[in-house]
Amino acid sequence: MSAADTAAGATRMAQYVVGIDLGTSNCAVAVAPIGDAKLPVAIFAIPQVVDAGVIEAKRLLPSFLYIPADAEFAEGALTLPWDSAPKLLAGAFARDHGAKVPDRQVSSSKSWLCHPGVDRRGPILPWGKTDDPTLRKVSPLETAARLLMHIRKAFDREHPDTPIGEQQVVLTVPASFDPAARDLTAEAAKAAGLKNLVLLEEPQAALYAWLDSKGDAWRKELSVGDRVLVVDVGGGTTDFSLIEVAADGDQLGLRRVAVGDHILLGGDNMDYALAYALKKEVQGDGDELDAWQMHVLVQSARVAKEALLSSEKLERHSVIVPSRGSRLFKKTLKAELSRERLTQMVIDGFFPDCAPSAVPAQRRAGLAQVGLPYAADPGITRHLAHFLTRNARPGEAFAMPTAILFNGGVLQSKAIEDRVVAILNGWLTNAGAEKLKVLLGAELDVAVARGAAAYGLVRAGRGLRIRGGIARSYYIGVEQPMPAVPGYEPPVSAVCIAPFGMEEGTELHLEGATFGLSVGDSARFRFFSSATRRADTIGVELASWKPDELEELPTIETTLEGDVATSSVGWQAPVEVGLFSSVTPLGTLLLECVELKPIGDEHRRWKLEFDVREKA
Amino acid sequence: MSAESPGFFSRIGIAFSLFFKVLFDAVFAGRAAAQLTGAPAPELQKDEPAPKAKLEALPPARPPETAALQLLSALQREGRFVDFVQEDVTGVSDADLGAAARLVHQGARKVVGGWFTIEAIWPGDEGAAAVVQPGFDARRIRLVGNVTGEPPFRGTLSHHGWRASDARLPSLSTNADATVLAPAEVEL
Repeated sequence: MSAADTAAGATRMAQYVVGIDLGTSNCAVAVAPIGDAKLPVAIFAIPQVVDAGVIEAKRLLPSFLYIPADAEFAEGALTLPWDSAPKLLAGAFARDHGAKVPDRQVSSSKSWLCHPGVDRRGPILPWGKTDDPTLRKVSPLETAARLLMHIRKAFDREHPDTPIGEQQVVLTVPASFDPAARDLTAEAAKAAGLKNLVLLEEPQAALYAWLDSKGDAWRKELSVGDRVLVVDVGGGTTDFSLIEVAADGDQLGLRRVAVGDHILLGGDNMDYALAYALKKEVQGDGDELDAWQMHVLVQSARVAKEALLSSEKLERHSVIVPSRGSRLFKKTLKAELSRERLTQMVIDGFFPDCAPSAVPAQRRAGLAQVGLPYAADPGITRHLAHFLTRNARPGEAFAMPTAILFNGGVLQSKAIEDRVVAILNGWLTNAGAEKLKVLLGAELDVAVARGAAAYGLVRAGRGLRIRGGIARSYYIGVEQPMPAVPGYEPPVSAVCIAPFGMEEGTELHLEGATFGLSVGDSARFRFFSSATRRADTIGVELASWKPDELEELPTIETTLEGDVATSSVGWQAPVEVGLFSSVTPLGTLLLECVELKPIGDEHRRWKLEFDVREKA
Repeated sequence: MSAESPGFFSRIGIAFSLFFKVLFDAVFAGRAAAQLTGAPAPELQKDEPAPKAKLEALPPARPPETAALQLLSALQREGRFVDFVQEDVTGVSDADLGAAARLVHQGARKVVGGWFTIEAIWPGDEGAAAVVQPGFDARRIRLVGNVTGEPPFRGTLSHHGWRASDARLPSLSTNADATVLAPAEVEL
């Protein structure tokens, strides 16, 4: 089925918009009826196993899977209303029980889904070695599909007459997700049976949630010329976007003008940092903490962090790791988190005061990376400075926002918000600009899901749409013609194939790039993206570029499959193909080799895959 | 979360009193919310799995003891409540007791907050003047002190009361043994 078919299906059938936030740590679902403007967007509570034999509906579905062993649970202990014996369990019990059986728990699968260095369709999770041949591992793709499948089944059970497959589903992705990660997310959603799908960037969803909560009153807070900086610090990732308020005829229009890099850094890192700092104190003279105790220490550090961040009067908060046995007072370990330590580790560590010219530290080259590519620099404000500097308009030292909207569980804390606002205001004041307006969001843990549903209503014609198109420009590598020199690779130039801001539903042809290929041949290109080269149009060729201007992505490839047009003498005619780029209604980038001379009326098309499977 | 957040100790009190009431009063446990809200008992079943789904694996009703056991099990799971009450606390220092109380409180709060919607019965501030009108609901308002004469009664509000305006009990699988409050754990 093509993306156009799905979109058509959505407008015909859908009665609801379902917004899904598929988060690194938690998923949330929001529902809004399309036909009734008076009914607000509602959060859908997701039934899930919370303990053996116990099912509870909760606002958040923890993004964890658990792979139970054969004899581990009594019959029916993991039974869901739609599945009597799940081979994979999602949700709260997967998270909590999995903390005691880490080898069977899949966590942070979203970070793996956007990690180009691993086989995302391969059974690699739970990550790490295992000597258990009976453990059936899963792929990052399957994990995402399973989580979405759980949501689909839960929704369908509650809405048997309006199954989710017939509803308009808006699924959010980090703004910084590359085309491959977006494709994989869409693929997971299709595998889970979500047919009428569009993707939405999470920071945009946060702004839609804010707009929805304000109604028409938002026009009092924002006006033409305002630039809203959305700072989204989730459990595992940090995402920045800049959205501009512009005049659109006699109306206000919103345009997303910049998106930051993918930064694998979030609230979980803060909790881990605190837990490791407190570990010695908690252990005392006793034994080394085991995996479960460490997990509990991280949770407890989070509780203490949140308590201290939300009340300025509190000077310290206890951190407790209860005994594993029934004697609660016997081996319960405790320590204290002081305000001083919290400030030093979380506020100064993750939100350091810095200049707008600060550059985040890079990982040293050549350092072998095993596991997830976590950000080398924990300083979120330094990443922010870098983002604003890279997106400066001509004549500006850095892009100057006039308003800020926070999103993500971590930023429910006023102390952190205050720190970020103070630093930004310092930069702005020094540059002679006004201080920031702070836009207050609500219920930040479900705001993205809520905003996704609100966006669905906007697409159905209710409300203002944020425009923006694709957030980066994309290039293919083309070898420059030169005589062969042994031991010397011919230089590669980058040709723009999809320009920044290219809008949904448009298709562009890269003129002049024609290849004669045979059926069965594969076409393979080096692939680059740029967050900063805004002005390049299709076909622009760069012979050289600055190191941080273009980022190389994994190679893209297609194999020409199809009928071989052979002549009577057995000679196979090459297929002349050109390169086309388009942004699908779904919101993904599509690059295709298209046959230039049609057979009959049909131009055959072959999709260039972003996520090329390694050949074994 | 409600805007009027009760203090730490009163929250422990709420958790404990709810727990004991449910545990020792089977009738109350079975119809907890129904009794408190004055709604007919079948209302309680509205969060139960609807019989419309084909793959129904869950029982339509549960004996009242089961609900009490479920609550106890949830309090243990989230806040080590059974461990806490089963332990002899004579000789345990206030500091250790306090640390454990935080743990129990965090968990109990999560469970009570998730299962029940709890609100004050009397909207005013405690300590403020209160007038009890004729025909008041004696199940919701209790007169204490010098109780004489006919309503309206004038006095001060000493406790604003609590009611559970909603109760959402988790489902239990047919095969589950509700008497297991916490399984024995064996580390391999």
